[in-house]
Amino acid sequence: MISEKIINLGCITCLLIFSLVAHYMDEPYFVTLATRITIFAMAAIGLNLVLGFGNLISLGHAAFFGFGGYISGILATHAFNSEPIFEWPLIFSGSSNLIVIWVLTALLCSALALVIGFFCLRTTGVYFIMITLAFAQMIYYFAISWPSYGGEDGLSIFIRSSLFNINTMNGMNFFLICFFWLGLSLYLTSRIIQSPFGLALRASRYNLDRVKSVGITPFRIQLLAFVISGVITGIAGSLYADLNRFVSPSSLSWQMSGELIVFIIIGGVGYIYGPLIGAIFFVTFEQIFGSYSEHWQVFLGLLIILTILFARGGLIGFLSRSRDYE
Amino acid sequence: MFKLINSVIVLSVLVATSAFADGHKLKVGMITTLSGGGSGLGIDVRDGFMLAIKNNKNIEIIIEDDQRKPDIAVQLADKMIQSEKVDVLTGIIWSNLAMAVVPAAVNQGKFYLSPNAGPSALAGKGCHKNYFNVAWQNDNLHEAAGGHANSAGFKKTFILAPNYPAGKDALTGFKRYFKGELAGEIYTKLGQKDYSVEIAQIRASNADSIFFFLPGGMGIGFMKQYAQSGISIPVVGPAFSFDQGILKAVGVAALGVKNTSQWSKDLDNEANKTFVADFRKEFGRLPSLYASQGYDTGKLLISAMEKANVKDADSFRDAIRAADFDSTRGSFKFASNHHPIQDIYVREVIKEGDILTNKIVSIGLKDHSNAYVDQCSM
Amino acid sequence: MTFELFIEQLLNGVQFGFMLFLMSAGLTLIFGVMGLINLAHGSFYMVGAFSAAAVATVFGSFWLSLLASLIFASLAGVIVEVLVIRRLYNRDHLDQVLATFALILLFSESVRWIFGAYPLYLDVPDILSGTIQIMGGIYYSKYRLFIIMVGLLLSIFLFFLIGKTNLGVQIRAGQHDREMISALGVDISKLYTFLFGIGAALAGLAGALVGTIQSVEVGMGEPVLILAFVVIVIGGIGSIKGALVASLIVGCVDTMGRFLVPWLLTTITDPSTAMSIGSAIASMLIYILMAIVLIIRPTGLFGKVLT
Repeated sequence: MISEKIINLGCITCLLIFSLVAHYMDEPYFVTLATRITIFAMAAIGLNLVLGFGNLISLGHAAFFGFGGYISGILATHAFNSEPIFEWPLIFSGSSNLIVIWVLTALLCSALALVIGFFCLRTTGVYFIMITLAFAQMIYYFAISWPSYGGEDGLSIFIRSSLFNINTMNGMNFFLICFFWLGLSLYLTSRIIQSPFGLALRASRYNLDRVKSVGITPFRIQLLAFVISGVITGIAGSLYADLNRFVSPSSLSWQMSGELIVFIIIGGVGYIYGPLIGAIFFVTFEQIFGSYSEHWQVFLGLLIILTILFARGGLIGFLSRSRDYE
Repeated sequence: MFKLINSVIVLSVLVATSAFADGHKLKVGMITTLSGGGSGLGIDVRDGFMLAIKNNKNIEIIIEDDQRKPDIAVQLADKMIQSEKVDVLTGIIWSNLAMAVVPAAVNQGKFYLSPNAGPSALAGKGCHKNYFNVAWQNDNLHEAAGGHANSAGFKKTFILAPNYPAGKDALTGFKRYFKGELAGEIYTKLGQKDYSVEIAQIRASNADSIFFFLPGGMGIGFMKQYAQSGISIPVVGPAFSFDQGILKAVGVAALGVKNTSQWSKDLDNEANKTFVADFRKEFGRLPSLYASQGYDTGKLLISAMEKANVKDADSFRDAIRAADFDSTRGSFKFASNHHPIQDIYVREVIKEGDILTNKIVSIGLKDHSNAYVDQCSM
Repeated sequence: MTFELFIEQLLNGVQFGFMLFLMSAGLTLIFGVMGLINLAHGSFYMVGAFSAAAVATVFGSFWLSLLASLIFASLAGVIVEVLVIRRLYNRDHLDQVLATFALILLFSESVRWIFGAYPLYLDVPDILSGTIQIMGGIYYSKYRLFIIMVGLLLSIFLFFLIGKTNLGVQIRAGQHDREMISALGVDISKLYTFLFGIGAALAGLAGALVGTIQSVEVGMGEPVLILAFVVIVIGGIGSIKGALVASLIVGCVDTMGRFLVPWLLTTITDPSTAMSIGSAIASMLIYILMAIVLIIRPTGLFGKVLT
């Protein structure tokens, strides 16, 4: 049995070493792959905050992932074409400065999460799953039919947005930016769940009445968690758009939401590092099996089913047999 | 499975190339849809292309599946450009994937030959010297349908397409050439399969004909339900809903329908006869439109390789632009924005024995170019 | 817009509604009785359509193909229940969502492996093809009328099964108290398998009926699945009555929305823009409806009110 800490530390170092080695061996594709894992992990970490610790199963987190991507794409496109986004009541032009993009993404995603969360958190259980899906589907269909930003064709960003004097087109630099965000969100999550707020959130998944009786309003706790979660996933979406230099409605689809849940469960629900391990595993699996068979999804399906039936607690649970946060 | 076979091919080609060290060698990366929805099209393009370059020792090819996901396509393109160092990219089926991949690829100095998607953005302002479309500009077949509607004497046509960019391009393309009046214009939901609502509106509209662009399963649903509706006005559409792969699923509902295409199985030229016969022999099925496009892409590439080395980008580009190959479509030239100038035919769905297929009935538009030539400054 | 057109569209809405009911009846029963969220329900719809198409190709009979869809879909349902689903009843929703999501991947890719990437063919039998004149001047597709009839008959059958038979008593008891019913000597495990098979069979039949006039292809189940979920959530999970009412509401709202929203917009803007914006709004309409229903009644129209 390996301790959970070692697994966590091992995974994150492996990711870093993998991309460094790939970089020095001049294999930029593998650096991109590592960046993709990093971003997926971050998006799933956002979802894990409500799903793993608050037991709020959102099947609509692609809404934030895609929304973040579109904010990034729209700002960058307007900056590239030097056309203002709107001119009234004041002129607001696009931006290709990552700091500006991130701040705006955080603001707009928290606004979106506030609205969606406000309505969805009135329901529980399956109703919550379905109403989050409903909101995501609304945004998805809107994005497909709205012609200004490419509709189904999506929106190309010609040059990655910039950060200070760093050359973001260099794969390794961009990886490090994403890696920084991954570290930040892991740190934030661990701080949050140990704070009184996090304790209340985790308590609310077990016994709403008891939480209420000590004078906490679960609705507020859950809404705040939902907003933080939406922001983290949104920023991951924004990074993903910059990684691909492209954003399209497929990042808003319900399959995307499903995949984020897959990362969490494969890694282990309720573990802070669960999403990271899930994302590493998923992407590696896709790369290896995808190159052997066009029908690799059959094996993925089988594997997920086996994980759920026999390896409860996901990979971390399976490897460490610890149930720290369950 | 194919990947395994494919790597064997790559290996044997590699071994073989060392023996022919004097020819111009070239590495091709093909990104196409081989799994998930719409994989039939990608498989046909791949098979057509592989048939064209069969026995060519100087081409090394890497094939990857994009799963019809733009983000996967972008990553595969990065991999092929950065790690595999390919010279030429090709294979993408869908406009949205092409929009995600092509601008970045050509800006990094790679050549891109499109065997299918031809979005207007890449034909007009976004055209590029290294981007060539070997199939059609997206509007082409719809424009020809408009031309056909005029010569068939349609006065009041009902038009419909899904509500997404290619659907809007389709209706715009049709309207660009159609001179009659519109009985109605409907945008349907992307992926919609039930057309009862639209068919009722067509019935109520007193239209004398219908033009529709509903690719894939959408078109199958529409044609079957239309055949059940008791409305008997003529239907015209682009080839996508009536091509070889899909006809079996549409069934007799398609019989007699006119559709526009730049290629047909019965086109009377040597290159096409060879292609159809070889394709049937190799894969045991009739080739589709997409297979012919893949095949022409392969032949075009070979013709350019014979003339120039890909490392000398300028002369290689000139060699492609010359389009000095025997196309399955007969005459084939590139317009100044690197999209085809070709005849677009009107085909009719017929039955040959038990098999539904198409035959050419007339020419829709002769030597047809595209509407975006002037917007492209190259 | 004429009165005839309006009535025809309403019929289309009702037909769509009954189709949704066949899908959602199984889904809502399975959830109500066994507490299971089954995302793979759409796969049974696909299995039904593919087995119907395969049988129709070999034997050339539409009626035989309908039978095949019932048999093969219920068979698939029973196998999946015994191998996988029954281990999930006591798990939380998350495990259920994911395991059944994995089943979708498994089913879709396996079917593609077996049948290839191009859609299959299934056609309307001669006796049901063409239109029939009803209520004066309205010509309506015989086949769609047939679907309405089938849906109506099956709804009556289901209400009878649940309301009047011994099996129905067990099902209703199972919804309220699982321990009690097994204490009374009912073999709960068999009851579950049977119920799951019935749900799968209904979905399979829906797949075959719809596949006949649409297209039989991999991935056809998921869009319908999402709609079926919308239906059972609006209706209140576990309620057959809710599923029926919500199916008809969703069917009519979606159909009439596609038709009326663009038409209303043409009064304020030019036709091309109106169509484009109108169809965008129409495709969001049922999700908006669902969100509104849940905001007002968080457990759906006929769901048990939680305290």
